[in-house]
Amino acid sequence: MVLKVFFPACCSSADSGILIGRWISEQNSAVILAVVHFPFIPVQVKQYLGEVQRVTKVSVSVLGSWSNSKQEKEESLSEFLEDLGTIFCHEPWIQISKEGDSKFWSCSTLQKHSKNSQEEEIILVYYDQRKVMLSHLHPPLDTAGQRAEDASKLSAIFDTVARSQALFMTDRYDEGPIKLTHWQSDGVEASIIVELLKQASVPACMLLTFLLSLVSGICRSRVLKFWPLSFLWSKLSTCEQLGHRLQHLQVISSNKKAQNQNQLMRKANIFVSLLIDVALGVLLMSWLYRKNRIGHLADTLIPVADHVAEELQDLLQWLMGAPAGLKMNRALDQVLGRFFLYHIHLWISYIHLLSPFIEMILWYVGLSACLGLTVALCILSDIIALLTFHIYCFYVYGARLYCLKIYGLSSLWRLFRGKKWNVLRQRVDSCSYDLDQLFIGTLLFTILLFLLPTTALYYLVFTLLRLLVVIVQGLIHLLVDLIDSLPLYSLILRLCRSYRLAAGVKFRVLEQQNGKPLRLLMQINPLSYGGVVQTYRLPTYSCYPRDSWTSLCKKLFLGELIYPWKHKGDKQN
Amino acid sequence: MAEERRFLSASGVPIALRRRQHSASCRELAVRGPRLQLRSLSAATSAVWLAAYGLFALCENSMVLSAAIFITLIGLIIYLHFVKIDQESLLVIGSLGIQVTSSYASGKESTTFIEMGQVKDVVINEAIHMQKVIYYLCILLQDPEDPQGVSEVVPLFQSSKPRLDCLIEVYKSCQEILEQRKTAPQSS
Repeated sequence: MVLKVFFPACCSSADSGILIGRWISEQNSAVILAVVHFPFIPVQVKQYLGEVQRVTKVSVSVLGSWSNSKQEKEESLSEFLEDLGTIFCHEPWIQISKEGDSKFWSCSTLQKHSKNSQEEEIILVYYDQRKVMLSHLHPPLDTAGQRAEDASKLSAIFDTVARSQALFMTDRYDEGPIKLTHWQSDGVEASIIVELLKQASVPACMLLTFLLSLVSGICRSRVLKFWPLSFLWSKLSTCEQLGHRLQHLQVISSNKKAQNQNQLMRKANIFVSLLIDVALGVLLMSWLYRKNRIGHLADTLIPVADHVAEELQDLLQWLMGAPAGLKMNRALDQVLGRFFLYHIHLWISYIHLLSPFIEMILWYVGLSACLGLTVALCILSDIIALLTFHIYCFYVYGARLYCLKIYGLSSLWRLFRGKKWNVLRQRVDSCSYDLDQLFIGTLLFTILLFLLPTTALYYLVFTLLRLLVVIVQGLIHLLVDLIDSLPLYSLILRLCRSYRLAAGVKFRVLEQQNGKPLRLLMQINPLSYGGVVQTYRLPTYSCYPRDSWTSLCKKLFLGELIYPWKHKGDKQN
Repeated sequence: MAEERRFLSASGVPIALRRRQHSASCRELAVRGPRLQLRSLSAATSAVWLAAYGLFALCENSMVLSAAIFITLIGLIIYLHFVKIDQESLLVIGSLGIQVTSSYASGKESTTFIEMGQVKDVVINEAIHMQKVIYYLCILLQDPEDPQGVSEVVPLFQSSKPRLDCLIEVYKSCQEILEQRKTAPQSS
């Protein structure tokens, strides 16, 4: 059976002493955490280990002896070290010795109750204690639901080092009976800035919580819940985005400490994302207001709306003539065309009515860009929706007309063949009609059939226009979602401190010498960028597309209204 | 202790297999493909630049030339860093696990370590690749719920695709170490 010894690289130059760490018997491996130097009293060492065990819940014990002789090998020392094995009884007792500056150490074990007499092979694995302590192992996603006993052996090692942080708090400058060497033995590291931030964050969180409770109280007040207003709020994507950000702020400002790694990363990601969002928004705002660009924007808005209306009027004139060489039904064509033209005329009148106030409205609305770039993009999407409202109306009219026609045609087609739709049984049944019913039915069928091309053409044109607007809005929402859900803090961590996010480990074989144990270096294999984004993605409030492509095409063909963007809170209709 | 032997890959390209035994239970097997040839690099660059010059002669826009240089540089960097694999190696450490490394021409190394508890076996399998049937070596991973089942198949040496003779050498080396874990009684 092969014995694996995990030795911290920082203890390579430590003075002689005894090794303390954790023995994992299922894997036949010893994880060494620190070296206790001479002189020491065994009783005090055992007491200290008992305390550490109580605090960290890691079964730390004395595993063996370590001798670093800078001169020649001393015989008396080796006997003394063997005798230590009888005081701290541990099975097996590991003895590692290093001579001078040699890279190749000799490692042997003493087994008192050994069942087999053969020499077991020893593998010496060096690891960087600080990096392994700070790192977080990410298991592959499909094994996320595994039982704890089946967890990988490596996670046991990472776990051991991470939970023994209390052991690393004493350094060699402390006055105490025990002198340890580990990665912090040159003095405990801490950062002043981090400590100051921690102290300042508590009152800041309390202030933020108070403000947020005020804001959410206002939002939930009865005044804003009246029917027209609540309908308006649900349709505007800006309100959704603001609600989403409010939720994020509540998560950050909560007083509870993060329970585990995932929650901590989530909080950090939300914080950095909000910060970058607001910074970009303020940048955008400063650019907009610099050379009175808002004024220019407002000035070009009305001519653009006029231009769109003119283009639509030309389109309708084209449809009322002979579009693409197709022959339309004159009467129906004229009726539909004049109806839509009057609609456009009304719309243009309303826009012109609003024109003196546009600049002021835009100026104040532009101020809300300081809440974040996502809010500014949502406002842009809402403005586009409001400006193309007439296209949406045309689409609805065309779709309803077309839908009625299709249903009428299918029902009369059934009559033509002598069948009927049975509403009770939800199926098609044969039915005997009277002669006058058949006559009128056939007449209506013919009329509807010959009027179909005209209606279909209008429906096609307005559906395409509506789809164009939907695509533009969809792209803006995609961008907003990207900014919302990207885990920026995790990506920056992966870039700068890649050992914190570990996908696994990698081993490198160091120089070997015959007769000495196998030497390996264990390094941390960081998670790939794709893996980081997948693991730490922030959840967003919308999920799309709602329909699959086939059902979308079916709905378009039948003339049913399509709502491509579904939000998580919507009820199914 | 290292030895190197020459073989052919599935597409006829010469490859080299290097075996190193670090200790009784640790072996490293590396398959090295041919390096990037100066010939093919200059051929590709000249072709792109000739095409760009032809386009420049047609449309008299000097942006085409700078775009061609830019594209060549970016394409070379992407090829060296993401596509061209120089060496694929397998490090088998009995009782720890199996490590699979691919080293790219730009020096980047991508490593995966599979623990011994997850490894069920290492086998040679057949597969249909384009219009040929080739042999490939793969690691079978244990399914935790079903002791007889296989949860995943990890193919090895995918870019160098050695032929059966080379694969048999690698297979024999791996099996010698994997057998040790069956003979040693382990309390799991």
